[in-house]
Amino acid sequence: MGHDHHDHDHPESSELSEIELRVRSLESLLTEKGYVDAAALDELIEMYEHKVGPRNGAQVVARSWNDPEFREWLLADATAAIASLGFTGRQGEDMIALENTDDVHNMVVCTLCSCYPWPVLGLPPVWYKSAPYRSRAVVEPRTVLAEFGTHLGDDVEIRVWDSTAELRYLVVPERPAGTDGWSEEQLAAIVTRNSMIGTEVVSVP
Amino acid sequence: MNGAHDMGGSHGFGPVVAEENEPVFHARWEARALALTLAAGVGGRWNIDMSRFAREDTAPADYMSRSYYETWLYGLEKLIVQQGMVRSQEVADALDGGSFEPVAEPRLTAERVEVAMTAGPTNRIDIDVSPTYTVGQTVRARASAPRGHTRLPRYARGHVGVIDRDHGVFPFPDTNAHGAGPKPQHVYSVRFDAAELWGADGQGGSVYVDLWDDHLEPAS
Repeated sequence: MGHDHHDHDHPESSELSEIELRVRSLESLLTEKGYVDAAALDELIEMYEHKVGPRNGAQVVARSWNDPEFREWLLADATAAIASLGFTGRQGEDMIALENTDDVHNMVVCTLCSCYPWPVLGLPPVWYKSAPYRSRAVVEPRTVLAEFGTHLGDDVEIRVWDSTAELRYLVVPERPAGTDGWSEEQLAAIVTRNSMIGTEVVSVP
Repeated sequence: MNGAHDMGGSHGFGPVVAEENEPVFHARWEARALALTLAAGVGGRWNIDMSRFAREDTAPADYMSRSYYETWLYGLEKLIVQQGMVRSQEVADALDGGSFEPVAEPRLTAERVEVAMTAGPTNRIDIDVSPTYTVGQTVRARASAPRGHTRLPRYARGHVGVIDRDHGVFPFPDTNAHGAGPKPQHVYSVRFDAAELWGADGQGGSVYVDLWDDHLEPAS
């Protein structure tokens, strides 16, 4: 981070907000004491900003659409099936895949904090961690879905999964019509993050 | 605890607002706060239940006014003091620009980051504990108001549901968060009818909540 020092009495704090100063102070404390390696912080940020994200989950979903055996495995043992594509680890150690069909629509929330399957979806978006979603997904899921432009018929059963334990949930959205013969890469390109949380359905753009 | 974090079923927060093309982080300090928390906790300095309790054990007005990563930052400040890594005076001294002598070696180096984050083992505990309930059984989530940590949300307490699946044996957060041991027991997905939870104000379907043996009692 580059800093221009306008104020010579307070060269650091003059340009930093209170929270920035707080984070920087804590980082100094923990690195100087030897608890934390600053280069490891850079690497962690690189990983979650650029390497781990919803394209991983989209690959899982696309594979399940084209490969019935993989789909069966995914629904029976999501952790192993997802690991076979190389997506493992922190906040995805124990995975469950939820299959959306014509009759059943699954959506995932964490009412108590922000539990989210990092290896397949990356870090959660702000709305997923926000009070409106955490409070309302369990009590008025249809209204919440409508705010995402998702309107389900009254005959569709809605199942809301509150991630209160260490299981992490990945919604497997329905494959849209008009995608017969598409390759896994083509399919993965239309799978959205929100469809794997369950707030949207996948459509052909 | 019956804190502000336990939001399920609350009203008044307004619509869900999703940001188009949202960046992973909205400021560099958010990224540093996340990475600091991950790096400082490596090597079992605290468990996930301790870190959740550190974040939620906050005055409701503060909890509601903080952004997600602010909550993480304040949680980390608590955890490093609780675990004896630093003294609270040192957190204050750091804000005043103090400098500190090394007392430890980093447990996470840059080269180890990828392995440490991707090779995390299951949270399941591999010991033989009998389940109290079986799939299909009707259960009631216990009425309770614990001052400490719990993963039994308020909206489910006292309500009747059905064991949908048995996830196996896991540490019990209500004790694990307070250093009182993992008390290994089964976790189940419990299905609650929306009408059971919300009466006529529900919108149909069901809510599935992952609950531990000690959160439940037989319903009949």
